[in-house]
Amino acid sequence: MSALVLVQDLCKTFDVSAPWLERTLERKPRRFVHAVDGVSFAIARGTTLALVGESGCGKSTVARLLVGLYAPTRGSVHFDGQETGALLRSAGAPRLRRRMQMIFQDPYASLNPRWRVRDIVAEPLREHGILRESRALQARVGELLQQVGLAAADAGKFPHQFSGGQRQRISIARALATQPEFLVCDEPTSALDVSVQAQVLNIMKDLQRRQGLTYLFISHNLAVVRHVSDEVGVMYLGRLVELAPKKLLFAQPRHPYTRMLLDAIPDIRMSGRARTPVRGEVPNPLDPPSGCAFHPRCPHANARCSAERPRLARHDGVEVACHAVEEGRI
Amino acid sequence: MKPLLEVRELRVEFPTRRGTLRALDDISFAIAPGEILGVVGESGAGKSLTGAAIIGLLEPPGRIAGGEILLDGRRIDDLDADAMRKLRGKQIGAVFQDPLTSLNPLYTVGRQLVETIRTHLPLGAGAARERAIELLRQTGIPAPEARVDQYPHQFSGGMRQRVVIALALAAEPRLIVADEPTTALDVSIQAQIIALLRHLAKEKGAAVMLVTHDMGVIAETCDRVAVMYAGRIAELGPVHEVIHVPAHPYTRGLMGSIPAMDEERERLLQIDGAMPRLNAIPRGCAFNPRCPQVFERCRRERPELMPAGRTQAACWLHAPAAAPVGQEAPR
Repeated sequence: MSALVLVQDLCKTFDVSAPWLERTLERKPRRFVHAVDGVSFAIARGTTLALVGESGCGKSTVARLLVGLYAPTRGSVHFDGQETGALLRSAGAPRLRRRMQMIFQDPYASLNPRWRVRDIVAEPLREHGILRESRALQARVGELLQQVGLAAADAGKFPHQFSGGQRQRISIARALATQPEFLVCDEPTSALDVSVQAQVLNIMKDLQRRQGLTYLFISHNLAVVRHVSDEVGVMYLGRLVELAPKKLLFAQPRHPYTRMLLDAIPDIRMSGRARTPVRGEVPNPLDPPSGCAFHPRCPHANARCSAERPRLARHDGVEVACHAVEEGRI
Repeated sequence: MKPLLEVRELRVEFPTRRGTLRALDDISFAIAPGEILGVVGESGAGKSLTGAAIIGLLEPPGRIAGGEILLDGRRIDDLDADAMRKLRGKQIGAVFQDPLTSLNPLYTVGRQLVETIRTHLPLGAGAARERAIELLRQTGIPAPEARVDQYPHQFSGGMRQRVVIALALAAEPRLIVADEPTTALDVSIQAQIIALLRHLAKEKGAAVMLVTHDMGVIAETCDRVAVMYAGRIAELGPVHEVIHVPAHPYTRGLMGSIPAMDEERERLLQIDGAMPRLNAIPRGCAFNPRCPQVFERCRRERPELMPAGRTQAACWLHAPAAAPVGQEAPR
């Protein structure tokens, strides 16, 4: 299987310095947040990679970098063998954009409330000049709506006439309009109730099976990730700490942070497993700890962990960035 | 044990130009000291509204149109705003979802705590400050002597929620109403807050009403759970039974739609459709248009809570002379 998406050493730095005058008067230095710091992964065609992590770990920034909503500070993204950074600035950009689409978290904010569903779903078709004639557009919109479990007749309605789950399906229909191969989904079900989340997740899986779609799925919910993904990347303060096939990650988490996240999930079946309350909190990304960013919260940390930053390395089929795993201490 | 909080046939209505909307109907439950009752449901089911009615913070034009709320045997739903304000804080502590909006950004955490303590307890400034520091320590804030003089923005999300809980506990209330206290927090912090709530109920004997949409949090924290649907209680029972042998088809659907950590499933169980709007609640059982086991009586007559196995469910499948027999719950 060839990788459809290949990300190498991706970095994104945001300048969060105080305004120039204040900086000059108070002699404050410039300040930067390394939102994404050296992330590399590949997604094989027809599979799903999920990125998980707590708020502020940089997972949404990765999503935005991939579709070109942000330009990377360093590193590269290859899509189907082509480097996207240069391509997105060239005349070939629309051709690339057709092939990858994004679904956002909030279905209330991502649909224009004054447009009818027909116009919302047809917008990418018009924009990319795929269909121009109104009868053909109407037929295609109806087809797309049916694909996501809505009725063709819904095309005449406005977004406010739909529930949250139905709106999220409208944004999926819009994303599918250009027949993309790759969908970036940023917390697509986090704003939805569980029964509606089930509807949306089922549709996404059905679509993947039928059309061979490739997904990057961003979520903080490990149970959802376990349901949808093939591979899982765990992020902490802008870096990947573990990247592993789903089965391995959930059966045998290697990185202490992954273990901590898995231990912290409320256990719905109450199988008697005591939930371990986690120590500490995510540090301030403006002032990350030295060495391994997780070391202040890690039960296995030693002097090396606070001095030297671990690199992502392969151990028994999974990639882990941890000195303790590398040294065989855990 | 004698219940601390008793809610009897509570009804909340919103008068609108197009007629009166009944947002809560026939809500009855009780919470004993030391007990944690979970109230779970999807958005719009009325769970937060139930909490707001109990603490006397219904947003107008919403009003209690029927039923009664008793705290320790005394009616509190007919108190005037002033009497209710005295009760809130002293007898009832409230914790809301967003810790940032529950705190005043202009005052130090200590000043807010001292103010609340001195409103409800006869303590001098020095003693109140001592107590504020003690409360922060109890809720697990490190170095409370230093933290007490800091402002809310100097605290992280999880720490802020602890401050809000410390505020709610300032006068040692006997009832705590917590509305989605962990929803805005990351999983790792969630576990810490839940441990704190459990400690308050089990060690201090507080009665806790925990409103949340997260079944995982309910499973771990609560003794009993009420499942709400379209403004009514669909099922009420011990948490283990409701999760493992749910009697109401809605509870079954809800449980089946949650991706589980301990099993592999290709598709999630889904309940088609969505919860009805308040102005279009179907006749009979509100769940009947989405129910896989609907029969004729469900469309005609509204079911009340009735014994169903080891829980209570508002479902005709459990009527004494019901024709069809309920299926086993999906694993």
